[in-house]
Amino acid sequence: MDLENTFKTGRWCKAIEVKDFVTLNITPYTGDHKFLEGPTARTSKLWDLCKEALKEERQNNGLRDVDVNIVSGMTAFEAGFIDKENEVIVGLQTDKLLKRAMKPYGGYNVVKKALSEHGLKPNPVVHESFSKYTKTHNDGVFDAYTDEIRKFRSLGFLTGLPDNYARGRIIGDYRRVALYGINRLIEGKKEDLQKITGPMSDATIRLREEVSEQIRALSDMIEMGTIYGLDLSRPAQNAREAVQWTYMAYLAAVKEQDGAAMSLGSVSSFLDIFIEKDIQDGKITETDAQEYIDQFVMKLRMVRHLRMEAYDQIFAGDPTWVTESIGGLLIDGRSKVTKTSFRFLNTLYNLGPSPEPNITILWSKNLPKGFKDYCAKVSIETSSIQYENDDLMRTSSNCDDYGIACCVSMQELGKHIQFFGARTNLAKTLLLAINSGRCENTGTQMVDGIPFIEEEYLDYDKVIDNFKIAMKEVARVYNEAMNIIHFMHDKYYYEKAQMALIDTNPKINIAYGIAGLSIVADSLSAIKHAKVKPIRDENGLTVDFQIEGDFPKYGNDDDRVDHIARDVVEHFNMELEKLPVYKNAMPTMSVLTITSNVVYGKKTGATPDGRAKGVAFAPGANPMHGRDTHGVIASLNSVAKIDYKDSKDGISNTLSVVPKSLGATPEMRIENLVRTLDGYFGCNAQHLNVNVLDRDTLLHAMEHPEDHPQLTIRVSGYAVNFVRLTREQQQEVLTRSFHETM
Amino acid sequence: MSPTENKLIVHSIESFGTHDGPGIRLVVFLQGCNLQCKYCQNADTIALKGGTPTDIESLVKRAGNMKTYFGDDGGVTVSGGEPMLQSKALIPFFEALKEEGIHTNIDTNGLIRTPEAQHLISALSDLVMFDVKATTEEGFKSITGAKGLDRLLENIQLREQNQKPYWLRYVLVPGYTDSDESLTWLIETFSENSYLEKFEILPYHKLGTYKWESLGMDYQFKDVKENTPEQIDRAFEMLKPHFKDIIVK
Repeated sequence: MDLENTFKTGRWCKAIEVKDFVTLNITPYTGDHKFLEGPTARTSKLWDLCKEALKEERQNNGLRDVDVNIVSGMTAFEAGFIDKENEVIVGLQTDKLLKRAMKPYGGYNVVKKALSEHGLKPNPVVHESFSKYTKTHNDGVFDAYTDEIRKFRSLGFLTGLPDNYARGRIIGDYRRVALYGINRLIEGKKEDLQKITGPMSDATIRLREEVSEQIRALSDMIEMGTIYGLDLSRPAQNAREAVQWTYMAYLAAVKEQDGAAMSLGSVSSFLDIFIEKDIQDGKITETDAQEYIDQFVMKLRMVRHLRMEAYDQIFAGDPTWVTESIGGLLIDGRSKVTKTSFRFLNTLYNLGPSPEPNITILWSKNLPKGFKDYCAKVSIETSSIQYENDDLMRTSSNCDDYGIACCVSMQELGKHIQFFGARTNLAKTLLLAINSGRCENTGTQMVDGIPFIEEEYLDYDKVIDNFKIAMKEVARVYNEAMNIIHFMHDKYYYEKAQMALIDTNPKINIAYGIAGLSIVADSLSAIKHAKVKPIRDENGLTVDFQIEGDFPKYGNDDDRVDHIARDVVEHFNMELEKLPVYKNAMPTMSVLTITSNVVYGKKTGATPDGRAKGVAFAPGANPMHGRDTHGVIASLNSVAKIDYKDSKDGISNTLSVVPKSLGATPEMRIENLVRTLDGYFGCNAQHLNVNVLDRDTLLHAMEHPEDHPQLTIRVSGYAVNFVRLTREQQQEVLTRSFHETM
Repeated sequence: MSPTENKLIVHSIESFGTHDGPGIRLVVFLQGCNLQCKYCQNADTIALKGGTPTDIESLVKRAGNMKTYFGDDGGVTVSGGEPMLQSKALIPFFEALKEEGIHTNIDTNGLIRTPEAQHLISALSDLVMFDVKATTEEGFKSITGAKGLDRLLENIQLREQNQKPYWLRYVLVPGYTDSDESLTWLIETFSENSYLEKFEILPYHKLGTYKWESLGMDYQFKDVKENTPEQIDRAFEMLKPHFKDIIVK
């Protein structure tokens, strides 16, 4: 089929413009979910094999198999199958299901460590190569790190930095392979390369090298297709090929890279165009369409990277963040919801609940009711999906073709990338303000110029003045670390496969982050509205705080403290915005912790809000557990006051409710969840994870994991299999606020 | 502390009320009750002492912040305790909510007959939910500690006469309120009422028992068992043909 004679033509025929193709050819669907079909026998058979393999993986300490001989790459492995004759969508990262591969360019030590934790070693040739001849991203970063950065990193002011693992977050526009075929993409990149000419500045030289790498990657991608008997050089000719080609493009990325988050983008409504066409032409049925999507999603669920145990502290449960964004509106006001949006959600029934792919609903108040209701139903029944505010993001960036990188970060597809920046510990930064710039645990001088506070009771204005000095300095060190990390990542572990599917000179934002917001807000509120007396050791370091009187707590829709949270976010972001960034990336910030709220808490001394030393923070922008005493909406409204303009990389919030608290009947629960989402996003909030679970279910799963292999729970911008969390992480989830009004 | 015109004595606030009226509601639980129901789920709201005096203005603001969540039918419910004990302060509160276009609802035992309470019932509140504790005066006394069925019926009648919508809630207490006679009485008394929008059957449960114990009070219904599903079904099937909208919560 010649796509230009099959679909409505436009700019997409002349240039690489997938968005234009989608806008011209999409068929929005406004009905309900009744048309959906169950899994085919082939799909069920494959999924049974996957479940068996997943069980083996769990029983084998989280690693079913790993190849210690081959360094992963697009063409490194022979074709792998689950059960070839039943697969309509093929392709595995390696030659065997759930077999992991070494990707040492991020950091060889991490690969060695991960293997040694399972009693394994890399093949001697690989070992020799990476210990003698091949430099990695991790090596480069530590060559350049200053003593000051190392200090901030080791004492827990900056944690989870992508300096020994791949940064991820970049989303290739995987649809391009299906729509254009790779030959056309190579042509485009060659034209771009020719236009990149002197004078030969650092930036120009670098870009020429990068584009050349991209062209090579595209050739490798064609070869990878050949291994599976697929001709990716040409566009997809039908719906099945469109799904297969898109998956192959994604597979190239996850064979080549093991970034923390390897998101998929927004492919469902693109694929729907091909599916609709084939259905209209009578070539396929609804059952076929669902089978393609089920098997595609099944493959996405099987994506794995080789990780060491320490990684699990910041990203618990072995997540891969295959984030697929579904829904939203076009700028012209039409809905982007298609039947394939429903088909993606339907995989959570056909294959059961799952944390991956990380299904993210782009919510607009104007989404069709049938879709809103179905999303709410899926949330209530699976706790597997998250929501982001399309009305907010679409209008503030004037963009309607974007994906979510990782948890909450918006990225225009094919036009925009981001540099992942983990996060800084803002609660520890506040303690610098009260400890004359010294680390509260070690006494190490971190920041100069902060006067010692001598008063018996903390004075709000003085603490704020000191806090501002601390924030400015922490921002400076953070920025320096980021610039080094991304310079080195580009140099040693450039994402050539993903970047080959993105415009040659994309927009870039650097994604800074903060943790401990609720602790900071409540601490400052206590200092302002109650009397807080620091208890100091013989070195004058705070070991505890005595609070006299009550104070407003973040999470109760009380401006007296919520505005403190809002202002702190605004201020720290403003400090970050002042600093120059590698490749002139635009500074942005998120309030997001993944699961690092636990490890951050461990590294942080007692805080003025009454939190004891070592206690976990609340995740993301959530209020601290148990302090939001006015119910769900008041808690949501506090978070909604954080201004998206100050935190454009996202503001993560996780809501856990028991089913009954949503309403008395299943219909009322759906209606009330839809209203909650409309209400929250109507207040310009950005993100919401929704869990609808009984605490008892989780307790039961802790004792009987074998009964709950697919129990999924949203944590902080992503979801995990609850049974794959450590005991400690499970406990932490249980201490979070479960809203249960009756 | 006694209520004043611009303050309500609040026990607690629930911003995600999904069981106290239509839609998502801000539920303001007021402190103090005129009855002492033996199965009270919120025993800590009974005492006339305690509670937090709260500006009406701040409550209106809190409700205003929830407007995006209310949709077509959400709003504010005052519950308790017995909210009508603070009927004087409820009037400016509800008037302010009305000005904001926010739907109002009172969850009441329906025994108070002050002029302010009557104004709320006959005109001001968009919805009233009356608790029907029992179907005879003796039964009423055995559950609440006092008689009062006659006053409740008068207030329901007042609402009906003023052509204003209301709901009835009926706790199904095994051995106390679930006899055929009781259910028949409900049908005879209410099924013809024009402005009765909804009838809610509330199964009896003991979730609030711990509150009695923590208050050092004796939970007198210890020996009363929670309903079996069969008991609930039986009552529901018997009442269902006579009420246009009836649910078991």
